[in-house]
Amino acid sequence: MDLTLKVWRQKNAKTKGHFETYQVKNISEGSSFLEMLDILNEQLVQEGIDPVAVEKGCQSSGPVSFDHDCREGICGACSLYINGRAHGPDDEVTTCQLHMRKFKDGDTITIEPWRSAGFPVIKDLVVDRGAFDKILQAGGFISVRTGGVPDANAIPIAKEKADESMDAAACIGCGACVATCKNGSAMLFVAARVSSLALLPQGKIEGARRAKAMVAKMDELGFGNCTNTRACEMECPKHITVSHIARLNREFLCAKFQD
Amino acid sequence: MASTLNSKIPEGPLAEKWSKHKAGIRVVTPGNKRKLDIIVIGTGLGGASAAASLGELGYNVKVFCISDSPRRAHSIAAQGGINAAKNYQNDNDSVYRLFYETIKGGDYRSREANVYRLAEVSNNIIDQCVAQGVPFAREYGGLLANRSFGGATVSRTFYARGQTGQQLLLGAYAALNRQVAAGTVKSYPRHEMLDVVLVNGEAKGIIARNLVTGAIERFGAHAVVIASGGYGNTYFLSTNAMNSNGSAAWQCYKKGAFFANPCFAQIHPTCIPVHGEQQSKLTLMSESLRNDGRIWVPKKLEDVEKLRKHEIKPSQIPEEDRDYYLERRYPAFGNLVPRDVASRAAKERCDAGFGVNETGLAVFLDFKTAIDRLGEDKIRERYGNLFQMYEKITAVNPYKEPMMIYPAIHYTMGGLWVDYNLQTTVPGLYAIGEANFSDHGGNRLGASALMQGLADGYFILPYTIGDYLAGHFKDGPVNTQTPEFEAAEKAVKDKIEKLFSIKGKRTVDSIHKELGHIMWEYVGMARNEEGLKEGIKLIQALKKEFWSNVFVPGSNFEFNQELEKALRLADFLEIGELMARDALNRRESCGGHFREESQTEDGETKRDDENYMYVAAWEYKGEDVEPELTKEPLVYENIKIATRNYKD
Repeated sequence: MDLTLKVWRQKNAKTKGHFETYQVKNISEGSSFLEMLDILNEQLVQEGIDPVAVEKGCQSSGPVSFDHDCREGICGACSLYINGRAHGPDDEVTTCQLHMRKFKDGDTITIEPWRSAGFPVIKDLVVDRGAFDKILQAGGFISVRTGGVPDANAIPIAKEKADESMDAAACIGCGACVATCKNGSAMLFVAARVSSLALLPQGKIEGARRAKAMVAKMDELGFGNCTNTRACEMECPKHITVSHIARLNREFLCAKFQD
Repeated sequence: MASTLNSKIPEGPLAEKWSKHKAGIRVVTPGNKRKLDIIVIGTGLGGASAAASLGELGYNVKVFCISDSPRRAHSIAAQGGINAAKNYQNDNDSVYRLFYETIKGGDYRSREANVYRLAEVSNNIIDQCVAQGVPFAREYGGLLANRSFGGATVSRTFYARGQTGQQLLLGAYAALNRQVAAGTVKSYPRHEMLDVVLVNGEAKGIIARNLVTGAIERFGAHAVVIASGGYGNTYFLSTNAMNSNGSAAWQCYKKGAFFANPCFAQIHPTCIPVHGEQQSKLTLMSESLRNDGRIWVPKKLEDVEKLRKHEIKPSQIPEEDRDYYLERRYPAFGNLVPRDVASRAAKERCDAGFGVNETGLAVFLDFKTAIDRLGEDKIRERYGNLFQMYEKITAVNPYKEPMMIYPAIHYTMGGLWVDYNLQTTVPGLYAIGEANFSDHGGNRLGASALMQGLADGYFILPYTIGDYLAGHFKDGPVNTQTPEFEAAEKAVKDKIEKLFSIKGKRTVDSIHKELGHIMWEYVGMARNEEGLKEGIKLIQALKKEFWSNVFVPGSNFEFNQELEKALRLADFLEIGELMARDALNRRESCGGHFREESQTEDGETKRDDENYMYVAAWEYKGEDVEPELTKEPLVYENIKIATRNYKD
């Protein structure tokens, strides 16, 4: 199929970006969305430097920069806003698992980076998600050292609890929830970690402190508040539900009462 | 240089070696640990667990990764599970059995002492991960569940759905985050190591490129740990992540660290087949699927024809017309033979014309029997995310029709040569996880990569590195304003400038794809003398083409993914050549390395223990000079060497 692409180009965090329009041809429907972008980039490298684009603030190096790595939907690197939806028109997939059979010959596709105050643009479609690391560093762990821990089967955990913990732990930290939220809130991301650990006896011990510290860090880093629109849940590629936000709120309230 | 390698394997009975060794090596006191800096390259299971554990001990750790966050390292994509000798199933598992099966699975080309230690610490790993909050699968009674994996006689694999690597990595990453918060570890995401710096023959730091700004930076330390994974992307198409590369290890090789068994690359039998020329990577379907999936091709060529023309669906082929070739050839292990055996068997059927898709390069992995027996819900619970992934990629529902699979490059058993302390031939330079060669011999068993990465990082390196560092706490901070750092930085800058100056006609990817085709054709699943020689010639010619006709757009001082790829490809071209050389030298078949000249009558691998029971360690001798081979003999004192038999 042949497609028209409107791609966001931005030289770096300091410059203003703009849309650039490109054509790609003979894309097979079995190709992934990122393979389609690979083809565009091969084309752009071969065409060399486009002085008009550079004038408008494109990078000098032709190809479009975008984050990607595993291309199996698990590393969470890919982060494209496609036709107004995080990770594009398919449900429960990351951009790397979106395939071109979801589009039609002749379509125009708009591709943007995640847009959020918490995720400044580095270049083109690449954003800085370092804030997620910082939130987890604030408390997204169980304080155990290497060694000196009990036998794994000394801590029985009800299967339902372990399964629910796993549901939350499936979060890949891609940031689609933040990019989708009209407030740019990172609540679903924070909740997934807090809830996953709070459901386990090992994690329960520090539950209150963890919830408080992570929420405080999220606020400090410029993410917005949650207003329960549930848009995050709709776009989460790993189907993490807002029930975890409810659990986060409970943990958070408990922590406040303890103060 | 050293003509004999000292593997430093401790004396004494196998089961006591590690305890005795730990008791004998030196320890750095807490106060002195604060005076020592350690650099860790990579944040997968090995790197993250090592950095966190070393930080907890009180060392100053700097940890580097090329992704935007340590959590994205490719360990995250491991699906099936992690082995441990817990014997929770009461099926007669033990440290010895795990050790024995790992050595056998590796076709008797790994070190006894290392593998025994790996099996010994495997149980601690599971305890550690549970304490960190890793949500392993559980039985209704609340205790941990297990599944079976290839090459094992017992059920010893722990798992978290089809996302075990993700969950273990999130555990190690959480431990790492805790140390970052405590100030013992400093994290450098989006930084790529481009050289290791040696002072008086010892590793004292690195040169790294800040991938956002392009700045070339110097970092000093008293020891450097390479945990950057394998070099499977030499083949272009593999199950590795797009950015996985062998460059960090390769720079170490070029600075004097020996590189061992480069030809041992694992070809995983169950990957989604190639769809066409636009393909950028291959997706793995977990080995755990072989617990319940049965592999087959049609018995009749006319059925194959109809399948290729889409005239019939695979489910319409009656039972008696299906050839469950693994069950037929290997009745004892059936669909759960080791990966190398399963891969070659798939190739054999496809070469004979029974490949089931348009390209002729695919076989079926069928769940019908299991669904009939257990119900669709049970299968969904076990493999739901894998089935969903398969359907998203292929638009085929695997609950209704069998999956199509084909072998693909997945893991490299070879890597930097290390001694029992995980130290390379360069003092102060360590290699852990997939980046070293030590534990898997000629073929890695499923669910053992996670085990090795975490064993090295949590429980082995933190002990052994102290023995070296105990002699260095009086050194004071490493000064990076020395001629050695100066020279290394200049060499890196010159290389980058050279790449930009070529201004040729070929894109980086087009050359990488060409390398991949050469590797798959001549250094792939079946290798022979003539082909390997031809392969070496082609790779050398392609290397010339790269250095005279590549086009790298843009400049150094910006975020530039084409430059990143070009730097990595420059190394892949050299790694590919060394792989071919090593494969040429090893005139036997063993594990994943199949030399057509060395096979049994029924097409199984034929080892040559008399002449090749050694680790092939290669030493760099300079640009366009043949590397020198040093052999480390493998001595088996505790197990009887046998032909691998998965038939009865």
